[in-house]
Amino acid sequence: MLKKRVGIEVSLAVAEAVKQARAQVISAYPITPQTHIVEELSTYVANGELDAEFIPVESEHSAMSAAVGAAAAGARVYTATSSQGLALMHEILFIASAQRLPIVMTVANRSLSGPISIWNDHSDIMAERDIGWVQLFVEDGQEATELTIAAFKIAEDHRVLLPVAVNMDGFILTHMIEPVIFPAQATVDKFLPPYKPALKLDPAKPVTMGPVGVPEVYLEAKKQCEQALLDSKAVVAEVLAEAGKTFERKYNLIETNGKKKAKTLFVTMGSLGESVWSAVEGLNEDGEDVGQVRIRLWRPFPVQEFKKACKGAKRLIVIDRAMSPGSVCGPVAQELKTIFYKDKDAPEIVNVIAGLGGRDVPVADFKEMYRLAKKGKLAKTYTLWGVDSNA
Amino acid sequence: MAKKSLCAWQDLALGAAILAPGSAAKLKTGDWRTLIPRLDEDKCIKCGMCELYCPEFCISEGKDGFFRPNFAYCKGCGICANECPKQAIAMVMEEK
Repeated sequence: MLKKRVGIEVSLAVAEAVKQARAQVISAYPITPQTHIVEELSTYVANGELDAEFIPVESEHSAMSAAVGAAAAGARVYTATSSQGLALMHEILFIASAQRLPIVMTVANRSLSGPISIWNDHSDIMAERDIGWVQLFVEDGQEATELTIAAFKIAEDHRVLLPVAVNMDGFILTHMIEPVIFPAQATVDKFLPPYKPALKLDPAKPVTMGPVGVPEVYLEAKKQCEQALLDSKAVVAEVLAEAGKTFERKYNLIETNGKKKAKTLFVTMGSLGESVWSAVEGLNEDGEDVGQVRIRLWRPFPVQEFKKACKGAKRLIVIDRAMSPGSVCGPVAQELKTIFYKDKDAPEIVNVIAGLGGRDVPVADFKEMYRLAKKGKLAKTYTLWGVDSNA
Repeated sequence: MAKKSLCAWQDLALGAAILAPGSAAKLKTGDWRTLIPRLDEDKCIKCGMCELYCPEFCISEGKDGFFRPNFAYCKGCGICANECPKQAIAMVMEEK
């Protein structure tokens, strides 16, 4: 059957995916660049195209709180946010994972103020690294659509039962008009059956969710959640493989592009990966020994899969989209330096923090990064790309 | 290492939920108390305001019509003393 490709803004494609996933409760507060997603969903609900409760709350703190309540009551719950909105959700994000509630949230990644910026980088989600959620990063519109559907399947799996954040770059992905192929509703229904909660608020069978964790139980509660997050890696891999089969694509935890067994590898997360891909293709055509590794699953971090993808590499050029002020380098590079520590064949890790606050990073810049790295001219700590004086 | 946990993490309910209702009754909050309410029966008019305001719901009416707390749960918060319209309840340091 010939699949129909539709030219659509990626935010609207994500809204369509949430509709296809038959979300039952959507609680959201608008914030650029996420607004189009929930605005479209509110239209679906108002038009009767989606049988869901739409809760237009007064803040993101309430959006996540309502999501927690609805998920506790056993509903399939969706929300979306960005930047300051994610920051305002902060305390409730930990509660959602601690109560093992399978909420799905799109984070349209945007820089945090100040200075005030509505543009793209990863500083919002990097400030929320340790919330105990499964965290995925998508690169293009098709992936955003399919992984939004897959996110519900991951979250609701009884081996997981954790919230999932699907990160997509604000503007450079959310506001792109891309060709997207939507799966048939029957295909989605088969892939994602109705949510069956393991535990829910039910007057006929009362339970207390979110009780006090006295010192004699707090640690065990944290351990339970951490173990569920670590164990979720296998389920994410399984669901991504099934999503790949269902939607006729290929999804792994870690992807590789460019020359096989290259000495130098770019490491990317999110949409800048596409520009890096173009740069790597160009460099390969020029005979350069370079490839690319893309991180799709950020939490739990797939250590073995990442190391396997880097096998034989001598140098990693890690592109970070956020700063970690006062630390030694950006957050992704910190992670990688940690996992390779004391490995005999550990690659050299150079870190470039690029494209903060929506600063454009064209393909030529990545080629320049490669040339500088090859000559050993990139800073040993990190390079704040585009800032003239790196002291 | 001293055993300080209530149970193994594997035995906790999902998300540390409490599955049996009414478990708060097992938590004897009386040992939080430093001040104890003392009732002056000459002043007391048996109105029951203390019972209404008690956040622990531990005050109840006795056969003699006076309202007295269950000291297994009374935290000594003093709300009853504060709300008493006849100042019939005094909060005094408890000798332990």
